[in-house]
Amino acid sequence: MAKYLLLKHYRGAPAAVNDVPMEKWTPEEISAHMQYMRDFADRLEKTGEFVDGQALAPEGAWVRYDGEGRPPVTDGPFAETKDVIAGWMVIDVDTYERAVELAGELSAAPGAGGRPIHEWLELRPFLTEPPTITE
Amino acid sequence: MNEALIRSLTPSVLAILVRRGADFAAAEDAVQDALVEAVRVWPGEQPRDPKGWLVTVAWRKFLDATRSDAARRRREDLVDEEPAPGPVPAADDTLQLYFLCAHPSLTASSAVALTLRAVGGLTTRQIAQAYLVPEATMAQRISRAKRTVSGVRFDRHGDVATVLRVLYLVFNEGYSGDVDLAAEAIRLTRQLAAAIDHPEVRGLLALMLLHHARRAARTAPDGSLVPLAEQDRARWDTESIAEGVVILQAALARDRLGEFQAQAAIAALHADAPAAEETDWVQIVEWYDELARLTDSPVVRLNRAVAVGEADGPRAGLAALAELNDSLPRHTAVAAYLHERAGDLATAARLYAEAARKAPNLAERDHLTRQAARLNASRLKRLEGDT
Repeated sequence: MAKYLLLKHYRGAPAAVNDVPMEKWTPEEISAHMQYMRDFADRLEKTGEFVDGQALAPEGAWVRYDGEGRPPVTDGPFAETKDVIAGWMVIDVDTYERAVELAGELSAAPGAGGRPIHEWLELRPFLTEPPTITE
Repeated sequence: MNEALIRSLTPSVLAILVRRGADFAAAEDAVQDALVEAVRVWPGEQPRDPKGWLVTVAWRKFLDATRSDAARRRREDLVDEEPAPGPVPAADDTLQLYFLCAHPSLTASSAVALTLRAVGGLTTRQIAQAYLVPEATMAQRISRAKRTVSGVRFDRHGDVATVLRVLYLVFNEGYSGDVDLAAEAIRLTRQLAAAIDHPEVRGLLALMLLHHARRAARTAPDGSLVPLAEQDRARWDTESIAEGVVILQAALARDRLGEFQAQAAIAALHADAPAAEETDWVQIVEWYDELARLTDSPVVRLNRAVAVGEADGPRAGLAALAELNDSLPRHTAVAAYLHERAGDLATAARLYAEAARKAPNLAERDHLTRQAARLNASRLKRLEGDT
């Protein structure tokens, strides 16, 4: 009963084994990929392990406070250096091993040529509430 | 229309249907139907025996549903063998529900969810809120759990230890929606203690009461963690402590020690000290030795190292700590604390910062970060004083 964030990066992670940009896939390959992700989420809802998931636009801006009475500064998008988060999913599972197993399955989503992408996903545990008994 | 009354009756009505041979999911559906009927009818005239009324209506709903079911023949045979409804000892039925919900074939999270639903009478929405997952997810978790135990027939008691483990998990869950899971766990454990005579059930109940008694003092108004030694003992709930101690003493007198009784004994020794420095650490170390013998858990040995540090000094604590694997949760935090007490502030500050990075929850992380900052600030001051 612990929550984990599965984070999908566009950049920043080591290259996927089957590393072909999505725009070079066939439309059928893209559909198969999307279907895989939907099926994965549906299945986790049925096992009672799904919490939430969203896709994110690849481009964002950096925003910073610029002093009293001035509008915030925006900058970027620093395309070459910035890590870009493609999407995330939150799961609630019994063990860390189960979280790793599910992340592995998600990484096996089909890509170019219908073969698994083998992309790297980041797996981060949520910070929880402190347990009632601590000493 | 008394909602609390309905909630308190639901589990035992469900238990009676299950005992009569209804499978779990069908029984629950029938009970839900009966509750809907009660909501409709009772405001006009509440029956004199609300539970009997609910059992009768739920059983009728169950029969209606199963008659139109494909498995009708088998179930009707079952109904024929069943004696006519009559007064039954409620405790046995509810007890059966505890064992069913903590069945070894369920995962821990499923067992917890099912127990809160069936024995606790909470709604799926309430449980989902308490565990911060979507209602649909929790509904699936519960219906899977029900399917898993649907074929289980009870001809003998299940394992008490499994039931206690589930209740302990509920109690230890820090989350809270509109349901206080700690209070709920105490209520359920109390009910179990009334139904079954077992020293470890009493031990767990005592443990919960003793810890719950300190809850108001455990966090500052801003939500930050207050360590045991710094807690305002005037804010401890003395009534709960007294009740916990009485229950524990009666359990210990039975001379069948278990891990919950041992844990409760440690909690009682803390609760007993009028001030932190008057804590009987020597006796606490002895109880940790008992506990280590019963569980052989590395976490217990880590806590024991803390106690040794208090009883025999930080050097002895560090020696006890050195025997343990440093990948244990809170190992670094304990090392930081003992190094600070031994006067090695530089090491302590470094370890506090490292422990903060590894902390599993926000309150602990903030607490440890503050400890590191406090030591760094005082070291800086000392250095400035030197020059």
